[in-house]
Amino acid sequence: MRRVISVLLENEAGALSRVAGLFSARGYNIESLTVAPTDDDSLSRMTIVTHGSEQVIEQITKQLNKLIEVVKLSDLTDGHHIERELALVKAVAAGNEQREEIKRLNDIFRGRIIDVTDSTYTLELTGNSEKVSAFLDTLAQFEILEVVRSGISGIGRGKRALKVEEKR
Amino acid sequence: MTGADVLVRCLQDENIEFIFGYPGGAALHIYDSLYRQDKVKHILVRHEQGATHAADGYARSTGKPGVVLVTSGPGVTNTVTGIATAFMDSIPLVVITAQVPSTLIGDDAFQEVDTVGITRPCVKHNFLVKDVGELAETMKKAFYIATSGRPGPVVVDVPKDITNQTTDYRYPDAIAMRSYQPRTKGHGKQIAKGVELLLAAKRPMIYTGGGAVLGEAHAPLRALVDLLKFPCTSTLMGLGAIAASNPHFLGMLGMHGTYESNMAMHDCDVMLAVGARFDDRVTGDLEKFSPGTRIVQIDIDPSSIGKNVAVEVPIVGDCAEVLEAFVQSAAKRVDAIDRAAVDAWWRQIEQWKAVDSLAYTPDDKVIKPQFVVQKMFEVTGGDAFVTSDVGQHQMWAAQYFNFEQPRRWINSGGLGTMGFGLPAAMGVQLAHPDATVACITGDASIIMCIQELSTCKQYDLPVKIINLNNRYMGMVRQWQEFFYDRRYSHSYMDALPDFVKLAESFGHAGMRVDNPADVEGALKDAFAAREQLVFVDVVTDPAENVYPMIAAGKGHNEMHLKPGCGAEVERELA
Ligand SMILES: Cc1ncc(C[n+]2csc(CCOP(=O)(O)OP(=O)(O)O)c2C)c(N)n1
Repeated sequence: MRRVISVLLENEAGALSRVAGLFSARGYNIESLTVAPTDDDSLSRMTIVTHGSEQVIEQITKQLNKLIEVVKLSDLTDGHHIERELALVKAVAAGNEQREEIKRLNDIFRGRIIDVTDSTYTLELTGNSEKVSAFLDTLAQFEILEVVRSGISGIGRGKRALKVEEKR
Repeated sequence: MTGADVLVRCLQDENIEFIFGYPGGAALHIYDSLYRQDKVKHILVRHEQGATHAADGYARSTGKPGVVLVTSGPGVTNTVTGIATAFMDSIPLVVITAQVPSTLIGDDAFQEVDTVGITRPCVKHNFLVKDVGELAETMKKAFYIATSGRPGPVVVDVPKDITNQTTDYRYPDAIAMRSYQPRTKGHGKQIAKGVELLLAAKRPMIYTGGGAVLGEAHAPLRALVDLLKFPCTSTLMGLGAIAASNPHFLGMLGMHGTYESNMAMHDCDVMLAVGARFDDRVTGDLEKFSPGTRIVQIDIDPSSIGKNVAVEVPIVGDCAEVLEAFVQSAAKRVDAIDRAAVDAWWRQIEQWKAVDSLAYTPDDKVIKPQFVVQKMFEVTGGDAFVTSDVGQHQMWAAQYFNFEQPRRWINSGGLGTMGFGLPAAMGVQLAHPDATVACITGDASIIMCIQELSTCKQYDLPVKIINLNNRYMGMVRQWQEFFYDRRYSHSYMDALPDFVKLAESFGHAGMRVDNPADVEGALKDAFAAREQLVFVDVVTDPAENVYPMIAAGKGHNEMHLKPGCGAEVERELA
């Protein structure tokens, strides 16, 4: 089962390594992990994408909750939610034909060209992981110099919000 | 006030009696503050591992947090075994580690280690103090976290410069953390469901663990068992929560548990688990664990519930509170119990008991280790704290010393740390100066922290060390006998010291016993010496094995009994 877990945790040095350490110590897998401070600068928000049986996922959420710095968490995959990932791709783009074709494919995926040299294009794409993967598959016919994927950020749909009321 | 003074004041305000430690460069300001007061008594150990185990023994025997103070670098790394030991058994410790000055952190400075990083996987939480103004609050948090919810060790790493900076002292009375609010009150509906299920049992079984001891749940637990008259068992860590003499108690369960306990665990239809975590040494092969049984589990730690075994009625909460609710609710409804079925269940259990799985063959030439533990129990009248190390002697202590009270049986169950017994006994003896404290150990284990004999001398700790000396790492030898075709690879303890002389050289009394007829007299003499540490080196049968046993990959109903022992059971070993 693929799961997307959102975690609010104290924005403190060391909190990230506690989460990472938990996953490695207990042998849970992490497909991706993103983290950054939130609008409340005492808090960070983390999105973890992981796989596991129902029992393993239950343990993961319980073990995360047990970490002293974790304030709140939610398994986004329990409900409707949105996932977004950012990819940056640097491709060799030499000669008109190649440049045109890359630009065309990029338009189809609604990507943006964010840097241009006479022999390369750097493209930016956001979307869910499937879209990003499809984009990368499509570009595979060209010579790719670099791929950077951000990992997923997730949020629940509708009014449901992962939020802490009181300030610290 | 300097940071060092703040630290010591915090300990005073927490009413800490003892702090177990060892000085060094980064800790010198703190040691200077300790010198200038006399409220907190510092116990100078001989190795930092000893400090952690001593604090741990103190904590286990009192329920109060144990406190440790060590210097940076090697001082810290020497504590890791003790911290991990406490962590595995959920023991509240606050370990203050000195650190190199903040300005040097990350520079590979002299005696610098990444304390927070090294200890992270084996603490409940840890802190690096970066501002002297936060020191007092951090200490408060450390004590709060260590002692609340499921207890555990907390490390507070304090850079040397912080201990020299000044600040105003204010120790918070209480602390509230939005990210840490352990739940203690069980859910009413879940409790009702649990009681319902338990009362409907035809073959009930109550299984208690270390959480029942740590959660001070012995009184409601005993009340519940006596009310329902259901059979109960305990893990190694839970011994004493139910009195061993309680007629409903079937003895310990698990790898070296009694036949009746393990068989009843296997065949029961409803199980109530209290503060127990279905550890692999308890369950045997999970695939074969208690098939079809409906389980009610009470634990303060949600992650302990349903971790290894599926649970029908999970109840998160403080064991004592939840069990009190169980007693109240069940008291009105005892009539609902199917007595005929439960009586039949008891008759079945009596048959298993008749196997007498703890029987051993007495001998009048070589000393049987089980006999020594039985005699210890008789000589002390059971009125003793017993610590142990790890190995066969630990199992024999658990099997043959009948613990009537909680917090009397002090051993490293989760990590299985050899070297635990003697330093732990020091902590126990300091906490209970007038009590009898015995350490049942083995010839290999005792050497791991033998240096603490010196600490015992300095502080006049009259611990009784009973060394079941079989000249082997007996438990290792046993496994090699069973599973490696008697290839005794490196399990023979060659070149053992003369333990009597060794004890004497530290200023203690030593005795050597090698005749079964002398055991009782020697123990009487040793325990009569109220003021003195006595090291009793008992030369025991090197060939003795711990029975019964569940071999790896086997289920509760596939116990290996002592050769010649009663029942028709599977004797095949893996
Ligand atoms: C620190 C540590 N190292 C190794 C072990 C593995 N081990 C478990 S029991 C045992 C032998 C213990 O021998 P002894 O203390 O003589 O006790 P006995 O089994 O003979 O009673 C060993 C080596 C351990 N538990 N702890």
